Amino acid sequence: MNANTKSPNRTVNGATHTGPTVFFNARLVDPSSNRDEPGGIVIQDGVIADIGPHLRRNAPEGAEVVDCMGHVLAPGLIDAQVYTGEPGNEHRETLKTASLAAAAGGVTTIVVMPDTNPVIDQVALVDFIQRRARDNAIVHVHTMAAMTNGLKGEEITEIGLLKRAGAIAFSNGKSSVANTRVMRNALLYGRDFDALIAHHTEDPYLSQNVAMNAGEVATRLALPGVSKAAETILLERDVRLVEMTKGRYHAATISCAESLEVVRAAKANSLPVTCGVSINHLTLNENDIGPYRTFYKVRPPLRRDEDRVAMIRGLASGEIDIIVSSHDPQDADDKRRPFAEATDGAVGLETLLPAALRLHHSGELPLPTIVRALTINPAKLLGLHAGRLVKGAIADVILVDLGQPWVVNKDELRSRSKNTPFDESKMQGRVLRTLVAGNTVYQYGC
Amino acid sequence: MTTAAAKVETIHFPHRHLLTCEGLSANEINFLLDLADKAADANRQAGKKRDVLRGRTLINLFFEASTRTQASFELAAKRLCADVLNMNVSTSSVQKGETLLDTAMTLNAMRPDIIVVRHHSAGAVELLSQKVDCSVVNAGDGAHQHPTQALLDALTIRRAKGRLSGLLVAICGDILHSRVARSNINVLNTLGARVRIIAPSTLLPAASERLGAEVFTDMWKGVEGADVIMMLRLQRERMLGSYVPSRREYFHFFGLDDEKLARAKPDALIMHPGPMNRGVEIASTVADHSRSVIHDQVEMGVAVRMAVLEALARNLPT
Repeated sequence: MNANTKSPNRTVNGATHTGPTVFFNARLVDPSSNRDEPGGIVIQDGVIADIGPHLRRNAPEGAEVVDCMGHVLAPGLIDAQVYTGEPGNEHRETLKTASLAAAAGGVTTIVVMPDTNPVIDQVALVDFIQRRARDNAIVHVHTMAAMTNGLKGEEITEIGLLKRAGAIAFSNGKSSVANTRVMRNALLYGRDFDALIAHHTEDPYLSQNVAMNAGEVATRLALPGVSKAAETILLERDVRLVEMTKGRYHAATISCAESLEVVRAAKANSLPVTCGVSINHLTLNENDIGPYRTFYKVRPPLRRDEDRVAMIRGLASGEIDIIVSSHDPQDADDKRRPFAEATDGAVGLETLLPAALRLHHSGELPLPTIVRALTINPAKLLGLHAGRLVKGAIADVILVDLGQPWVVNKDELRSRSKNTPFDESKMQGRVLRTLVAGNTVYQYGC
Repeated sequence: MTTAAAKVETIHFPHRHLLTCEGLSANEINFLLDLADKAADANRQAGKKRDVLRGRTLINLFFEASTRTQASFELAAKRLCADVLNMNVSTSSVQKGETLLDTAMTLNAMRPDIIVVRHHSAGAVELLSQKVDCSVVNAGDGAHQHPTQALLDALTIRRAKGRLSGLLVAICGDILHSRVARSNINVLNTLGARVRIIAPSTLLPAASERLGAEVFTDMWKGVEGADVIMMLRLQRERMLGSYVPSRREYFHFFGLDDEKLARAKPDALIMHPGPMNRGVEIASTVADHSRSVIHDQVEMGVAVRMAVLEALARNLPT
């Protein structure tokens, strides 16, 4: 189960290739080109050299061939919200272990969050992440830089220089900017550099010392709850600021129907607003917390099932742009505490796609809609040349068996932290093979 | 040097105060610039004094600390033989809680002929002018106006380029808080120059495109083809993450260095109202460039203030 660590090709770029490799007898699923049909692809020199139904059965002479047995070939997934522990908390996760988990989950591009120690708020730290990723990671790694110094919400960071150094977007990480003036300035200043401001919206005063979503479940568990209005209030404020500044804004993870309404209205007004949802809020609800299961303690908190269903509707309508894992490795010690004292967060890179496939199997969402929110949509949002299964594209490709049943075992996760809410959950569908720039970085069973 | 020299001297400056550049006609401005031109030439002679203001009293009333402007007004008044009183506000009754209008009435009772006022609040100088019997010169009210600065800038450009009409002037920096920018936009537009303002969006006022200038947030584009680049001072407290993330980033994107200067016309003038922050809004090499007229601006400051005082004195009751 640790194929990737044994793989001879450890680097994302510049691996050696001799001849072409043909993946035939596949179901090609690429929302960027509205393709969902039987066929195959040819990979040469790290790019997709050919694609189409004509490659369903036939392979060119002299090529290495892979029979996909009718399984799905799709673009590698892009996960726009991944927390790691590097630098500062490497015992939780490093860029390397996060990339191993990503590869096993079919994620070929991760965007790492600035909530590290030190916080990624300086050009030198963006350089550091990129250097460490280049040397150690087996998938593409991009940096989300801090929008305020130290994520304190007080002073805006060097957005221009950070963007020039490679920061792909700007976030205040897990905390929200309470100061409206600072948020206004970040959007306004960021606009001059066409910077994307991705904001976690949770009113910091309403969400102080809370453990879960407010409501009947919280009351019965006698846990301090936070109303979903805490999320919507800040989102509404932000949309007003976008209206004023015209800065590019992304609501990082919305979790309730009311937030979706706000985004819908903003989009109807042609404001530069997008939003994401975490896989947890698409597949879990507050009832899963049951008897104080802290592995279900996440931020924003899991909501009622009506809200989960609303998130699915939002994806179907395209009002929700992207799905993220919100992969957040935490120590077992920090999770195994009384619920109110346990830390927030769940790992998710390896279960992102299988969990999302639940929505496909249940008939709640068509497969291309799910794949779109994990490939071409995040690519467009972040300005990446990825997430497309087309001729000439870089060969970030995954092979997925939609039907294979399996049970999640947290001890088999590649992530250094095992805090998954899906432990012992039944899944249907798994990644068989992950290629980054034409190199196989993960293969199931090898 | 002066194209306006041919203009007839019969045009005059029919105002009791100089409070704003907004609404001044091209003739009125040129009248002041012509007077200042002569004063500038006279200031280069050994005998600098003329007794235009003999017997008159001028009070410099500065509610906001300023060494340069106050000295410039004082020198201008003294060259015209006025008696000058500098009110040091930090030791005055204002610190004891006196209101602006009470201060004005008190000073008015001392029968000055001209009061030169600087105040940190926009509109304060105009308010004061309504309560006194003498002439009032605005030496800067908040981010609103600084008329003598715009006039001295115009004179500096006119002497270097021979004209203002048709020139492309790029004003770059903290437009939001700048009385220099607002005054200059008025004067330059009136005299037929094309004006651009360049700043990060956080340092642009709302509806800045309505001020009569083209707005740029990209300095490389903004200085393209400029005849004059006018840099503004960025105050230290505004480059610490509030309006601008850091001085390093500000200098990179909005500081005038050789690279950005190369985008302007090859004979572009470099201006700055002072005091300069070298390495923040302007590179040292550019500040000391052969095309820098920053010191000429200081020289023209005295001349323009002499012209203003002389023009106002002509309208004083005898």
